[in-house]
Amino acid sequence: MATATVAHHDTEVHGHQDHHDHEHHDNFITKYLFTTDHKMIAKQFLVTGMFWALIGGLLSTLFRLQLGFPDMNLEVLRPILGGWIDEAGKLDPTFYLALVTMHGTIMVFFVLTAGLSGTFSNFLIPLQIGARDMASGFMNMLSYWFFFVSGVIMFISLFLKTGPAGGGWVVYPPLSALEQAIPGSGMGMTLWLISMVFFIASSLLGGINYVTTVINLRTKGMSFSRLPLTIWAFFLTAVIGILSFPVLFAAALLLVFDRSFGTSFYLADIYVAGEALPNTGGSPVLYQHLFWFLGHPEVYIVLLPALGITSEVIATNSRKPIFGYKAMIISLLGITVLSFIVWAHHMFVSGMNPFLGSIFMFLTLIIAVPSAVKVFNYLTTLWRGNLIFTPGMLFSIGLVSFFISGGLTGIFLGNSAIDIQLHDTYFVVAHFHLVMGSASFFGMMAGVYHWFPKMFGRMMDAKLGYIHFWLTFVGVYMVFFPMHYIGIAGFPRRYYSWTNFEFTNLYTDLNMFVSVAAIITFAAQFIFIFNFFYSMYRGRKASLNPWNSNTLEWTTPLHPGHGNWPGEIPTVYRWPYDYSKPGAAEDFIPQHIPLSQTPESNLPHEQELVKLELEIMKEEADLVANESKH
Amino acid sequence: MYTFLIAVGALLLLSLVWMVYRIQTLVSVVKGSDRKIASGSNKVNAILFLVFLVGSGALMFWYSIKEFDNYQMPVASEHGVITDELFWITMAVTGIVFLITHVLLFIFPYKYQYKEGRKAAFYPDNHKLELIWTAVPGVVMAGLVISGWMAWSDITAPAPEKAHVVEIMGYQFAWDVRYPGKDNVLGDYDYRLINASNSHGIDFTDKNSIDDFPSPRVVIPKGEPVLFKIRARDVLHSVFAPHMRLKMDAVPGMPTRFWFVPTKTTAEMRAELKNPEFEYEIACTEICGRGHFSMKKIIEVVEPAEYQKWLAEQKSFLQQNPSLAEGLKTEKKEIAGIN
Repeated sequence: MATATVAHHDTEVHGHQDHHDHEHHDNFITKYLFTTDHKMIAKQFLVTGMFWALIGGLLSTLFRLQLGFPDMNLEVLRPILGGWIDEAGKLDPTFYLALVTMHGTIMVFFVLTAGLSGTFSNFLIPLQIGARDMASGFMNMLSYWFFFVSGVIMFISLFLKTGPAGGGWVVYPPLSALEQAIPGSGMGMTLWLISMVFFIASSLLGGINYVTTVINLRTKGMSFSRLPLTIWAFFLTAVIGILSFPVLFAAALLLVFDRSFGTSFYLADIYVAGEALPNTGGSPVLYQHLFWFLGHPEVYIVLLPALGITSEVIATNSRKPIFGYKAMIISLLGITVLSFIVWAHHMFVSGMNPFLGSIFMFLTLIIAVPSAVKVFNYLTTLWRGNLIFTPGMLFSIGLVSFFISGGLTGIFLGNSAIDIQLHDTYFVVAHFHLVMGSASFFGMMAGVYHWFPKMFGRMMDAKLGYIHFWLTFVGVYMVFFPMHYIGIAGFPRRYYSWTNFEFTNLYTDLNMFVSVAAIITFAAQFIFIFNFFYSMYRGRKASLNPWNSNTLEWTTPLHPGHGNWPGEIPTVYRWPYDYSKPGAAEDFIPQHIPLSQTPESNLPHEQELVKLELEIMKEEADLVANESKH
Repeated sequence: MYTFLIAVGALLLLSLVWMVYRIQTLVSVVKGSDRKIASGSNKVNAILFLVFLVGSGALMFWYSIKEFDNYQMPVASEHGVITDELFWITMAVTGIVFLITHVLLFIFPYKYQYKEGRKAAFYPDNHKLELIWTAVPGVVMAGLVISGWMAWSDITAPAPEKAHVVEIMGYQFAWDVRYPGKDNVLGDYDYRLINASNSHGIDFTDKNSIDDFPSPRVVIPKGEPVLFKIRARDVLHSVFAPHMRLKMDAVPGMPTRFWFVPTKTTAEMRAELKNPEFEYEIACTEICGRGHFSMKKIIEVVEPAEYQKWLAEQKSFLQQNPSLAEGLKTEKKEIAGIN
């Protein structure tokens, strides 16, 4: 049997010579395009996500130019934007709305959902639970290609003559339903809806796969209580996605009916463009309920994977077990459940029954408790550690900072009485860009820097990583922290200009500062892009376990083939956080090392397990021996 | 020419950065520092966290104090005083948490940076600690929620019966204001009746609508309850009166409401701010299309006596535009004061 060959794969550091991968010679199409290998699909999601992040970031620099420098002549942009720059060299106000809408849609769905979950759930679930691949490689491939098609459709909508959808990323009807109200609600909105349908399909195919894989394909010994927190986070994220995305689908479908087939789910008593529409009896608030039933869990869909990645990266680079492993899991579970029953806090002043508002205020502020527990646990993990600042570690610490800053402002907004003033002001913009946007983005960056050696067998340049981190970390705060002041001063969101109102006719200097900071921060991302692609081909060769980490993915060869482990999949004997265990020679003991091999460091209750472990191992050996006799 | 020079400059700069990058990579390979677990950069990063903590903290305090009068908007309604108080209580509570957690978050990296030969503490859990920091935020949250809930219940309670009613209707891209007149009851409306001369779609066959009158501004009395009845004609809008701490969406097909008591007249506010130009404003805070950023309406808060005087001077829709009364019975025309 294959057991004999397994033990030695650690010593193969020959790089490209993958002896074990002889049997299938993939051609370009099956290897890079229509692949069913979860690792390649993960890379596809990552690169596509990076492409979209650049587009989304570029759009934000465009509208920040308008907000920071309202008198600037944007004639230079005419070659790109054409008619959206008017004769006076000003950005068109309708296009401004399209820009913010597309920025939101792209960042939330394409970058932070697909780019983050798609990349790391795909890459890490099989590698960390010890599986050959996803439960269904084919579904996984479909998931990427549905996402790709969705992206192509959204991309095309950017170039329509009437512009892409412009009703905000939440696309509230009636604005999103009526072409007469805003030109983007014509073809642009149609393409938005079609694109989202593909996206939802992609997300569900992926999510079902992740859940199935985690439940069914864990290697021997990998009980749920030994799962790395990354996997717990990806698993619960997938569960949230499966339960909430169908509701967005329903909301979108009803919107399609209202737009194209004359129904009145969301429309009532409308007089627009000199004409009274026939629709009566619908409710725009119904759409908001349906939308936020996805929309709020969506926040956690983008955030939980980032928190999972951070838990892993912080523990590894603190050389300490994550503090309160069980508490971390319980708080993840708590957040998962609560994320479904807080959606209406986005709607305190939507006109819904105020009593409903009180209920949702109570539920919303409860969700702050598990979030607080997570922060305290991260802090305690750092405490008395032996911290190594890899770029991944820096980004993780940055994430914790954003999670605190943005999370605390959530306590203001979750309080319906305070929310009356702050709703739809820049305070909200500051809040969610920190807690959901930047925190998740930093989780994604931490993941890329940390697992790049496993993805490409090479290291990213650490110094460039440091420069990237510091520019981005300081940059993000310079962009979003001032927005709190602007928000408290009452500046509403999605405003093209501030000069119409006396109460917003100040802070031109601060808005200019924010815009400059945004452009610098965006420019700093090209350091990362360079580092990423350059290191992919020319980076220093990685060792098998460059961060001295405990999880299973570092037991695979440098360039794992399709199937991940050349021989048998390693068995798991311990939890993933045995760092700096007293008595142990090294400061880490990987999950596949049996307790019986480490008597010097076993804790009392583990010592009792050794006997059981030995018995099981003996039984296994007998079984194998028996099988080979027959 | 300039473009060319800038391009050449950028190119030179890029190649310089590239050279520096290559040289530092080669140097680190020669020195072997890339093989060490933690290079000198580890210390630099640890120090930078401290620098960031001190620098950004100082910047935050300096700016927050310097700008206080700019971002702290004066309040002019009764419930606004309460919600502002809640805001600042929450600010104090979260501010303390913000400072403590960030001081720890940035000091730990410095204090516990990697040292060869030191072993990190194996400290996987502590149930007591976990319980404490679950319970404490729980209790604090409960306090904040209950005070918020009490304020919210008062604010959203039904308006007093004697409240002055004002109807505010949003459309692309302005607000229209209607007063109920002497009877303090707004007449019926139907969106199908809207036309160029009847922008509200008022149903003049309803006798309550006969004394309804329009106004270019929202005029309200100080110290008396005012009820905004809010609706929208085309898409969602949101009435935002920042000084009144008032916000409520305007929804087509679903009338909404918000009542409040203004506490300072426009004149008093002008004196307080030493700004003779000051006006209370209404803005739109729900994205509604191209002109979203320009939906302005002025609120004028006056003394009650002045308000009564102003009311008496107003002319109803029907008086202003008798053609609206076409098809109405003569007796109604008489009530409306048209002949």
